[in-house]
Amino acid sequence: MALILSEEEKMLKSSAKEFLSERSPVEALRRLRDSQDCYGYDRSLWMEMAEMGWTALTVDEEYGGLGFGYVGLGQIMEECGRTLTASPMVSTALLGTTVISLGGSDAQKQALLPEIMGGSMITALAFEEKNAHRPFDVSTTAEKSGEGYKISGKKVFVLDGHVADKLIVSAMVDGELGLFIVDGKSEGISIERKFMMDSRNAANVSLEGVAVKADDRVGGKEVLEKSLDIARICLSAEMVGTMQEAFERTIAYLKERQQFGVPIGSFQALQHRAAHMFSEIELCKAMTLKCLQAIDKQDKYLAVKASMLKAKVGEVLKLVSNEGVQMFGGIGVTDDEEIGFFMKRARVAQQTFGDYNYHLDRFATINGF
Amino acid sequence: MNPTIAGDLTAFRAETHAWLDENCPQSQRAPVKNGFDDIFAGGRNPHFHNEDQRVWFERMRDKGWTAPTWPRAYGGGGLSPQENKVLEEEMGKLGCRKPLWSFGLMMLGPALLHYGSEEQKQKYIREIVNGEIWWCQGYSEPGSGSDLASLKTSAVDMGDHYLVNGQKVWTSYADKADMIFCLVRTDQEAPKHSGISFLLIDMTWEGVSTRPIKLISGKSPFCETFFDNVKVPKENIVGEVNAGWSIAKNLLTHERSSIGSLFGNIFPIQEFAKDKVGLENGKLADPVLRTEVARLMIDSMGLKYAIEQTIDEAKAGQQPGAKSSYFKYTGSELNKTRNELMVALAGYEGLYWGEDIKEGKIARDMCRTKGNSIEGGTSEIQLNVIAKRVLGLPTFKG
Repeated sequence: MALILSEEEKMLKSSAKEFLSERSPVEALRRLRDSQDCYGYDRSLWMEMAEMGWTALTVDEEYGGLGFGYVGLGQIMEECGRTLTASPMVSTALLGTTVISLGGSDAQKQALLPEIMGGSMITALAFEEKNAHRPFDVSTTAEKSGEGYKISGKKVFVLDGHVADKLIVSAMVDGELGLFIVDGKSEGISIERKFMMDSRNAANVSLEGVAVKADDRVGGKEVLEKSLDIARICLSAEMVGTMQEAFERTIAYLKERQQFGVPIGSFQALQHRAAHMFSEIELCKAMTLKCLQAIDKQDKYLAVKASMLKAKVGEVLKLVSNEGVQMFGGIGVTDDEEIGFFMKRARVAQQTFGDYNYHLDRFATINGF
Repeated sequence: MNPTIAGDLTAFRAETHAWLDENCPQSQRAPVKNGFDDIFAGGRNPHFHNEDQRVWFERMRDKGWTAPTWPRAYGGGGLSPQENKVLEEEMGKLGCRKPLWSFGLMMLGPALLHYGSEEQKQKYIREIVNGEIWWCQGYSEPGSGSDLASLKTSAVDMGDHYLVNGQKVWTSYADKADMIFCLVRTDQEAPKHSGISFLLIDMTWEGVSTRPIKLISGKSPFCETFFDNVKVPKENIVGEVNAGWSIAKNLLTHERSSIGSLFGNIFPIQEFAKDKVGLENGKLADPVLRTEVARLMIDSMGLKYAIEQTIDEAKAGQQPGAKSSYFKYTGSELNKTRNELMVALAGYEGLYWGEDIKEGKIARDMCRTKGNSIEGGTSEIQLNVIAKRVLGLPTFKG
């Protein structure tokens, strides 16, 4: 497969770019933040995104989806990253559809996927319990109870947890990890919304004897691990959009800002750092497309690719977002200037689904050292 | 040239695969181990390391597949980019080596196809395809490194010939080469970029001499080359007089992308690391080196994919442009990091020097890689090129 986008993928990307730059520029995120919006995202925007099919890209045609693939979803994610659009793309269009498509029964797919694609159902994957990414360190339990289970435990960093219609909860069941679909309004659930640095939301969720049916299970460890690898790659696509936008804004500023009577971009001290960042971003772009294609090709080495990508993209986004703030100088550390939003989003995205250290370690382990 | 439509590529692939499988000797289907010491480089006194290498070269040469995409009229294979991709893929599947490696193929040829006269193409392109001439490159001078355009080697118009005087440095394999392509000053008065011409000189001509340069690694292919009243026929100029700088820039792009892509090959450093450091509980015994190895592997894969993407974009008709500058920068910096890491992983063994090249290989290779970010334009020059040509940042006026 050539490492370039098809015509259809290019069109999807450019239509997403046009739509988001008009409907959801960075000011939109600022407004959501300043108004402490109770949802944390623009509901009418989300419905429009669903109408355009962004929630259906990776869902099989058999279940009413578009079957367009993850390269396509990656292009949307990249454009969302450019505008820092807060929406349930990650929690629902990416994780929700992926977990259910990989682990769901036919009945679950028939019941849940159309609602997700239509925009009316928000899902949230509740899988973290520790203070950093440790997806297989699970204390939450699902105890047999009659025909079903009762789930008890505490989850943290549940993206979009406070607005989720359905939670997908990981719990130990008969000594192994299981995933369960839990209604967000079930008795025994309490959800605490947390405002994050990037003006998005992640909830702490507590479950006390929450009853689920036996057929609410959607697979186990393998489904979670593969879903997370897919999510790592698609989130990296979003991060590559964020780094490109931050970088382009920085370059534009270097050309415009005058000191000592010349544009500061004429100083070699800044030029070399900018050129270094360009080189690193180019690597990230190629790696991201390679990994998105690997998802669609059912590449058996997806895990090692996902860790490679998430580690690299996290480091480069950290560099580019920090250099952006520095090169904007005094204005860069003011809240009026938008470059700081990119740095704050970078920090959250870096840790989401595992940071540089986590993935460097995982990459080495998979490679046998 | 065969007008090939997409559907015919399947047939071409099958034929190509069958031909390669039948004609490529088994010994030529393994990766090259010792770099330049193992490959066939052509020349007037060709040296084949073994009979299989000769057979493989001659068979590929006869099909024009030493230079698959160059025009048939000059002895090339005349393949379309799509057909060439198929050939590369099929050679990759069987592990076939390139039959010929030369500066003529990588650098001079593409420039001649673009700027050369019909007579020059007929003569020199054909010789390159047939591996008959070993070319070397005469660019840098003792006083003109990063500021290449300040070069002083002069070619004075004597009516029926040029008289060349001066000195070139870092002329790789000049002691083995048959001919040299050179940048020379043909106008002393013009602004520095506008007085340079591109000249082809035979190394056997009177007044040409070479002296090898010993590097910190203890050996090297580099030489100094001296021109002392060398008479060069006027037909040996490529392109217009005083317009050699644009050829030089074009050619440097080829050089930088080929240096960069040399580093796109993934060396299995994790095996080296396990061998030298050992595992404890399944993890490399030194946790800091473990993360450095992982990081290096990830960056190497990134460069490999970036090169792959640029090749695929070129096949789809997009221009690579100044992109090759970051390959050179990233590739050479990465290679330095890799070799430093190997010294660290190898511990005391990594410090062995001695007369035995094999025993001292790790240390010597590390020393050699220090030149990677200098030759073909320093890393700092590459960053300048990216800043100016790709990012469009303004020039400093102090």
